[in-house]
Amino acid sequence: MHMSDGLLNAPVSIVFLVVAAVGVGFALVKARADLDDRTAPMAGLVATFIFAVQMINFPILPGASGHLLGGALAAILVGPWVGALCVTIVLVVQALLFADGGLTALGANVTNMALIGTAAGFVVAVALRRFAEKGKGGLAAVAFISAFVNTLLAATGFIVEYAIGGAGGVEIGKVALLMWGLHALIGIGEGLITAVTVTSVASIRPDLVHLLKGSRKPLEVRS
Amino acid sequence: MKKFFIGFAFVSLLIAGVLSYFASGDPDGLDKTVEDTGIAEHAQEHPFSGSTFADYALGGDDKFTGLAGVLGVVVVLALSFGLFWVLRKKSDAR
Repeated sequence: MHMSDGLLNAPVSIVFLVVAAVGVGFALVKARADLDDRTAPMAGLVATFIFAVQMINFPILPGASGHLLGGALAAILVGPWVGALCVTIVLVVQALLFADGGLTALGANVTNMALIGTAAGFVVAVALRRFAEKGKGGLAAVAFISAFVNTLLAATGFIVEYAIGGAGGVEIGKVALLMWGLHALIGIGEGLITAVTVTSVASIRPDLVHLLKGSRKPLEVRS
Repeated sequence: MKKFFIGFAFVSLLIAGVLSYFASGDPDGLDKTVEDTGIAEHAQEHPFSGSTFADYALGGDDKFTGLAGVLGVVVVLALSFGLFWVLRKKSDAR
């Protein structure tokens, strides 16, 4: 879902560079509370895993594919603030090292995948947390739904950006229909990958799943 | 604890280094949308499109996609681990 330069006009690209910078700056401040000696390495590994899995485009229709965005996955495993930073790092490396995703488009790409996607995934996951705490099946379902919504809302980010200042003046309804249709299918893949990943981590190291924090009796030392 | 982290890193390496050869080459949802609507005509060439690892290849040769993937894994791991380690709350109260 990495857009190239030129799909959005210059003013809109700049506006979203600012939006992304403010959002990432805010996440940098808030992330500190969720990072300690144990979760910091986990967060690095989550970013790395998202980079790796984003390389794997899976077919959705003849002539069309999709790949993981990773917002919900990151939010569930390491929380929304750290999660947004994980996806941002991936997008920056992809744009600078692999020429994947434009440079002036980086703001819009970060806004869609790192900010909107992660926020959407987190909000849905938290709303459904009580099901996730019931066991593996519940956690898988919550991960799937959060990831599906994260994909659709990240796609919606592009639709909105294109409506504000896209190149070519294509009718927005046409863009929206294609984006939502394709990303409803991609969202299923995103949901499956997220569900498998989150439940795998939870079965080995449930203490490293941010969403489940506090669901078990915490080993809190009261002073 | 260490075992889990090493395993997680290894899975990422395997995906980027090996599984990446089996990825679909078709356009993703956004690319498909902009291609089918003609928006893609306005896309500009990436400023770094001629760089060594552009498009997850080595000098344009995608026989080396796995190598580019491994490099990406190492770079993302170093950058993100570095950033999160610096940002973390120090456990100084012990």
